[in-house]
Amino acid sequence: MREIEIRLRKDRSLGGTGERRRRAARWLSPEVLQILVHLASLFPFALLVRDYFTGNLTANPIQAATLRTGKTALTLLALSLVCTPLCTYFRFTVANRWRRPLGLYAFFYAAVHFLIFIWVDLGLNWAFIVEGFIQKPYALVGFTAFLLLIPLAVTSTKGWQRRLGKTWKRLHSLVYYAAGLVVLHYTWVVKTDIREPLLWGFGIGLLLLLRNRAIKRALLDRIRRS
Amino acid sequence: MKVSTSEITPEHLYLSRREFFKTAGLLGAGAAVLAACSPAASEGPVDYAAIGGEPSAIAATDELGDPLNSYHDITNYNNYYEFSIDKARVAALSKDFPTSPWTVSVGGLVRNPRTFDVDDLKKQFSPEERVYRLRCVEGWSMVIPWIGFPLHRLLDVVEPQSEAKFVRFEAVHDPENMPGQTSRWYNWPYIEGLRIDEAYNDLALMTTGLYGKDLVPPNGAPLRLAVPWKYGFKSIKAIVKIDLVETMPVSLWMDAAPNEYHFYSNVNPDVPHPRWSQASERRIGEIGRRSTLLYNGYADQVAHMYHGMEDQRENS
Repeated sequence: MREIEIRLRKDRSLGGTGERRRRAARWLSPEVLQILVHLASLFPFALLVRDYFTGNLTANPIQAATLRTGKTALTLLALSLVCTPLCTYFRFTVANRWRRPLGLYAFFYAAVHFLIFIWVDLGLNWAFIVEGFIQKPYALVGFTAFLLLIPLAVTSTKGWQRRLGKTWKRLHSLVYYAAGLVVLHYTWVVKTDIREPLLWGFGIGLLLLLRNRAIKRALLDRIRRS
Repeated sequence: MKVSTSEITPEHLYLSRREFFKTAGLLGAGAAVLAACSPAASEGPVDYAAIGGEPSAIAATDELGDPLNSYHDITNYNNYYEFSIDKARVAALSKDFPTSPWTVSVGGLVRNPRTFDVDDLKKQFSPEERVYRLRCVEGWSMVIPWIGFPLHRLLDVVEPQSEAKFVRFEAVHDPENMPGQTSRWYNWPYIEGLRIDEAYNDLALMTTGLYGKDLVPPNGAPLRLAVPWKYGFKSIKAIVKIDLVETMPVSLWMDAAPNEYHFYSNVNPDVPHPRWSQASERRIGEIGRRSTLLYNGYADQVAHMYHGMEDQRENS
């Protein structure tokens, strides 16, 4: 704890007054925040396991588990996309360290989501799987999104980032295609009221716009001037 | 007023505080998202077995030998958009829905239009137990011991005129007690219909009970339809009006998504829904899937009504 505090002092030259504030700042140090990000990301999974064993997953637990893991994957994917704009626009640099875990957890939930569908729901029955994918275009779209996420998860390490150099950034911009497909997948599943999936699409579209170079320059100029 | 410089918050602290609020806000948003993952406790399962007597059924299986679904599952997993689009929340949201007194008016092209009190209906038509499979269009199914009487007995009392070709059912419109009816995505009230020969089929059941008890709100109390060879949405709940009509009624689902839901909507494993296969289903309480049966296993009783229209998309 002392070490962290010393580092904090160095990083942000934390001053000596306001004991309470200092304690709050120390409590929310980047390391603690990092742990919180991990705990928060694992929380929905723990909840799912608990609800499964306590029989709280409705009368149709497979569907409930599929819906929950899918929704969590989308949420974490969107949150991972928020990190970079937080850093560029608000100088909230800590968020940069959240991007990788959030993205990897999104991939984890997507994998669980996919496995529940193919293994538990369709029972690895080829006839059902083929039929499922041919007659459920939304399943195919979701599967494509999942496939896109695999290389991103594999190359998420620092080593791969170094090895791939500039290609890494281009490769990882695939995440926006994956996110777009996930939103399409979600919109297609929903029966009539598509407001929620559309809202996700709008949010992710907005985040994509914030990454645009011209828009970024204009917005940052404005922020600097004000 | 004079403020000494030592009282002014130094800039770096001021900034870190701002950072703190940003972080707190972000964590708060995250917590909200996580909270959305699990339904609130007040909207969880309802123990309807403890309300109005113990559930009990005469039969233990359907005629194919498959066991009945539990009373708890039947009363806690319901597609009832008048209350919620979340099947697990209907039980709690509908718990206090007022179902008594309740009348249903039967009219239109009939010789004896009448309004019945549901309690009188139950006395007049002495309901019996009928074990039916219910196949939801979403791909899940249950085996349910309904209590009811055949619709044709009611029709015989009101005497349809010869011009009557269809029966139109209308459910209650009560947005004050049905939160889902404030949604503008659907044209409330719920409407369904049957062709006259379907309505006269002995399987078409006016349902007043379940598991030896009166119906409870999530299952469509106090009066619903059960047409087991059709997808579940045809079995309209909380009926207040039945009319004999000349032209094919437009149901709520035909109106909301005409390319996905048709008038007949007979269970057919070979005709996929536009967005998914109907070849298999999950029986609630089972892991994995089982193959869906043509007309939900009631082909012997109903297939004759659809001769010549087997291949029509509208037949499903």
